[in-house]
This record gives sequence, C-alpha cells and structure tokens, in this order.
Amino acid sequence: MNAQSEAISSATQEIRLKETARALRRHVLEMAEIVGQGYVGQGLGISDLLAVLYFREMRYDPKNPSWQDRDRFILSTGHYAIGLYAALAEAGIIPLHEIGTYGTDGSRLEMAAPETTPGVEITGGSLGHGLPQSVGMAIGLRYQGRPSRIFNLLSDGECQEGATWEAAMAGAHYKLGNLYAFIDCNNQQADGPPAAIMNIEPLDKKWEAFGWHTQRIDGNDVAAILGALAAARKVEDRPHAIVLDTLMGKGVATFEQREKNHFIRVGAEEWSVARQQLEERAL
Amino acid sequence: MNPKLAKLPPRGVAGNILASDTGAATHIASAPFGHALVRAAENNPRIVGLTADLGKYTDIHLFAEKFPERFFQMGMAEQSLIGCAAGMARAGLIPFATTYCVFATRRAYDFIAIGVALGRANVKIIAGLPGLTTGYGGTHQGIEDLALMCSVPNLTVIDPCDATEIEQAIQAIADYDGPVYMRLLRGQVPVVLDPEHYQFEIGKAKMLTEGGDVAIISTGLMTGRALDAAKALDAEGIRASVLHLSTLKPFDRETVEALIGRVPAVVTAENHMQHGGLASAVADLAVDSGLKIRLRRVGIPDCFCDSGSLPYLVDRYSMGATHIAQAAREALH
Ligand SMILES: Cc1ncc(C[n+]2csc(CCOP(=O)(O)OP(=O)(O)O)c2C)c(N)n1
Repeated sequence: MNAQSEAISSATQEIRLKETARALRRHVLEMAEIVGQGYVGQGLGISDLLAVLYFREMRYDPKNPSWQDRDRFILSTGHYAIGLYAALAEAGIIPLHEIGTYGTDGSRLEMAAPETTPGVEITGGSLGHGLPQSVGMAIGLRYQGRPSRIFNLLSDGECQEGATWEAAMAGAHYKLGNLYAFIDCNNQQADGPPAAIMNIEPLDKKWEAFGWHTQRIDGNDVAAILGALAAARKVEDRPHAIVLDTLMGKGVATFEQREKNHFIRVGAEEWSVARQQLEERAL
Repeated sequence: MNPKLAKLPPRGVAGNILASDTGAATHIASAPFGHALVRAAENNPRIVGLTADLGKYTDIHLFAEKFPERFFQMGMAEQSLIGCAAGMARAGLIPFATTYCVFATRRAYDFIAIGVALGRANVKIIAGLPGLTTGYGGTHQGIEDLALMCSVPNLTVIDPCDATEIEQAIQAIADYDGPVYMRLLRGQVPVVLDPEHYQFEIGKAKMLTEGGDVAIISTGLMTGRALDAAKALDAEGIRASVLHLSTLKPFDRETVEALIGRVPAVVTAENHMQHGGLASAVADLAVDSGLKIRLRRVGIPDCFCDSGSLPYLVDRYSMGATHIAQAAREALH
C-alpha cells in the first residue's frame, strides 16, 4: 500500500478494484477458452478477493517476486491457478501474453499451479497443504523479525481435511497475527455441495472455536473484503479467518446460473456470449 | 530439467487433463469398476462403498446410485476414509474405498499400514489415476504408489490392464478375505484382454504371447502397449513373450523365474517409477535365484513428472509401445 493509494477516496478505490476484478475475469475467460473446460467457475468466483489482495493489500515487488519481505499469497487449492495466473499477469509478475499458453503442453502455467512458476509460493492441489505451510511461513517470518504477512486461500472442501484443523490449532497456539486464511465457500466440491457431501458448517463458529479472529462476509463484495481486512489488521495476537461466501462463475451470467459444477465443460460457441455478459455486468 | 528425459519442444496442444487414456484402443468399456462392483454387491450384502469426494471420478457413483443405503460419502478426508473402512471391516462388512492413488497412498499411508494391513482388515482400496493417466503434474500422478503399497506387509497389490481384468478382479477381491490395494482405470477404459480367453487370478501372472527371443514382463495398462510392441518386434523377426503380471504382491515368482531363466533378454514395463515396483521385483528375484539377466526397465525415471496432455507425457517419459520395443532391441544387443 503506498501513500498515493491511501489518499484516494475509498469510493474511488472501490471502483478501481472492481474494474481490476473485471480485468482479472477477462483473463480467466481467455485462459479457460484455450482449454475449453476447467475451473472457470472458481477463477471467476475468487477474482474479487485477488483484486483486493494483489492491488491493494499485499506488498510485493513484481520485478523481484522472491523479495524476502514480500507478503505471500499461498494458493492451497492448486486448481484455482487460473485465478492466480490472472492476478500475476495483471500485476506484472508474469508476462501478460503468457496467459495464452495456459494448460498447454510445456507451459509454465499448468492447470494446477506449480511452485516453479514465478509468484506461485507452494505447489498446491493436493488439498490440505496450504494452511500447514502458511503456519510455518508465518512462524518463520515472524521469528526472523520480518514484516511479511501470509494470505492463504483455502476452499470449503479443504475444511474436511484433518491437516487443515491441525494447522488451525497451531496458528492460534502461536498467536500468528501475521496469518490470514480466506476460506472460499463457493458451496461446491467434486461430488456436490458440501452440505450433501460432508457438512462443514457452521464454519465461522468452528474457526472462532479454534481461536481465530473470524469474520464471515460476501466474498464477491469488494467493500466487504476491504472492511474485513481493515478489521483484521487491528487484531494482532490471533490469526485471521475470513470466511467468504462466493458465487461460482461470478460476473458471467451463464456460468452463475449453470448447474453448479466443480469442473465445467464449455461449448466453443459459448465463449463470446460469456465475454459479452462480463462486459455488460454493472460494476 | 532432468537430463534423463527426452527433450521435446512445447507442442501447444491443450492439455486434455481429465480424459482417460484410451489411446488407439478399438474396444472401450464404460466404468467397468462401477458396474462390476454393483454386480458383486447384488450377491453379497456385506459389500459397502465409500469415497472421499471422488465418487463421480472413480466410477463408484454407479454403486451409490444403485445402493444408496450401502454407500458412505466421507468428504475430502482420506485418512478418515481409510480409517472408517478399517472400522467397517472390523464390524463385519467388506468396504470398497475409492480415491486417487496419490491421496490413498501418500496421505493415508499410516492408516493403510496400521489400520488396514497389520490386522488384515478386509478393506479394498480402489485408487484412480495410476502413473501417467492424468495430465496434472506431481500432485495427482501416482508414480510411486506401487512401491509404497508393495512395502506394506499383508497387503495384496493389483494393477489391472484393462476393463476385462477390472471386472474379473473386482469379483475376485470381493471373494478374497484380506486387504487389497488395486489401481483403477476409470471412465472410458480400453478392452485389451479377451474375456473369453483371459481369467484373472490373484497372484498369478499370465502369458499372453510366447516367444523365445525376449521376455516383456508388464503390468497395468502397459500390457496393452507391450502387446503392441511385441507385434512390432515380430515384424522384425524378434519373437517376444509377453507376461502380464497384474498382481504385484504376492509376486508370482515361479512363473517369472521360469520365463527369465529361458530368454536372453528381459524388458519390464510399468506405469510407475522404474524403482520399487515391477522392475525391482524382477531384479530381486533374479538375484535371489542366481540368474544373470539382461534387463531393461520401461517406467518413469526418478523425477516428478510434468503436466500436459497424455500423449505428450507418454512421449516425454518414454512410456509408449515404441519405447518398449526399443528397450527390447537394446536388451538384445
Ligand atoms: C487431498 C486431496 N484429495 C482429493 C483431491 C481431489 N479433488 C480435487 S478438487 C476436489 C474438490 C474439492 O472441493 P473444493 O476444494 O471445495 O474446491 P472447488 O469445488 O471449490 O473447486 C477434490 C476432491 C485433491 N485434489 N486433494
């Protein structure tokens, strides 16, 4: 966050971030069209959070992605890579034109993000790794006196993995105020909605009971995300859980309305409609 | 980049991440595991099904639709999946638990070793995406699961070749009283073995073609490619035996020993790392029985693999029929 952005009125800032979120969604559609299928619903759903994190909250140097004092975004859900690549490209950490290689043989932009790609901190995708590693990073960076913060994105499905809760315990035990966990509740996992697969609710109460400073917000509302981050910054002795209720496919009407699906196939003719719907959506 | 790997230029082909590898197969069967499990369960009310949020992706959804009251969705929680299956077995049921190879063997290893295998709990672990059957990289490709599972005492380990064998093996392991780890080919699965002539038996390797110049010992889907390789070699005047060894453990020492004792060269082919699986078992056997063999291993080298389309991966890691044939030629020289 720099002085200039502080000076901009919050209303202007919100509009800018919404525009950025739309730009990220454009990139997501562009990538998804290359492979004709995939995690477009997740990428669109999480674009608002990524816009706020990468273009307002996080400190990093696009020219030097391994700068020691950077804030770190930890993508636990490797398959959300499509959303992360959109943010990395928009932020200039990877070249914008490279998103045209998404999911193709030999590309660095694999469908599940590998840590060999600049800006990707860990290899996620075997779900349940994100929070334990985030706890370790938060401890390690704090121990070294670094100001960095850790922003971990995990999914509702990952709240079924034991490792997530083992790490949640550790995060509270070590009072990791530099650790933020965003739980993307898009109400979908591989076999269906969590309520039908293995109930995880009430999630906010669970995180609270595990000792985390917990908030639950509309994860597609930029103002709500900004507000939650501001509130979290005031709490220094506990890790922060921000439970995000999001809509899969957010911003593109046909994907929002589609029967929800973890992995969607999209016909070749649907993409131009999708792009148009994205542009027509009011900010 | 690993110097052992073939250098291939990026092809710009969209990675077909979730497709089954049906290759050039002429016959295909849909979801053979799901159908076979339903048939086995019709005759045996003790059979139950479980998954860890991968029902649709391991074909066990067919069982769930047919027997909803006998199906237990455990959520994305593989340790709980295997632990609960062990408990159900101790309560007298025959649980079939599905997930992917990587999640069963990596995340739930302790639960398999102690909860299932140590006390011989009658659990059947059915694990999808073996070796290079998915375009995802290291997180999803089960390249060392056979090594891990073969190291567990009491566990029977099976890598079936095709739809025919999956169907037969499911009935066989349902009838067998003891813990089993079986690799799964899901969705559209090639039919390589003729059900009229092939009969799966736990612990028995089967000779598919006979030839005295070179022995190809293969497991899992590599057997389809081994048969293609044998045909190509035959056209060059090289007569190959193809021994299909789908039960990695217990290992059919007798049949393998008899074969490698009477040919001048041996090739192993497995959809797995070159170490800790089939090739290692053959090499161990040769040493134990004092046989000097010329052995070439077709399998994944000591590395995590890239992501990409399946044909790209097969070429990149030299896992195709042409590579098996080439290994046979090299073994002969
Ligand atoms: C440990 C582990 N188990 C299973 C899987 C297979 N898998 C991939 S995505 C997924 C669904 C997970 O749902 P969620 O994380 O909520 O993601 P979303 O549906 O929102 O994409 C599953 C089960 C995995 N990647 N990792």
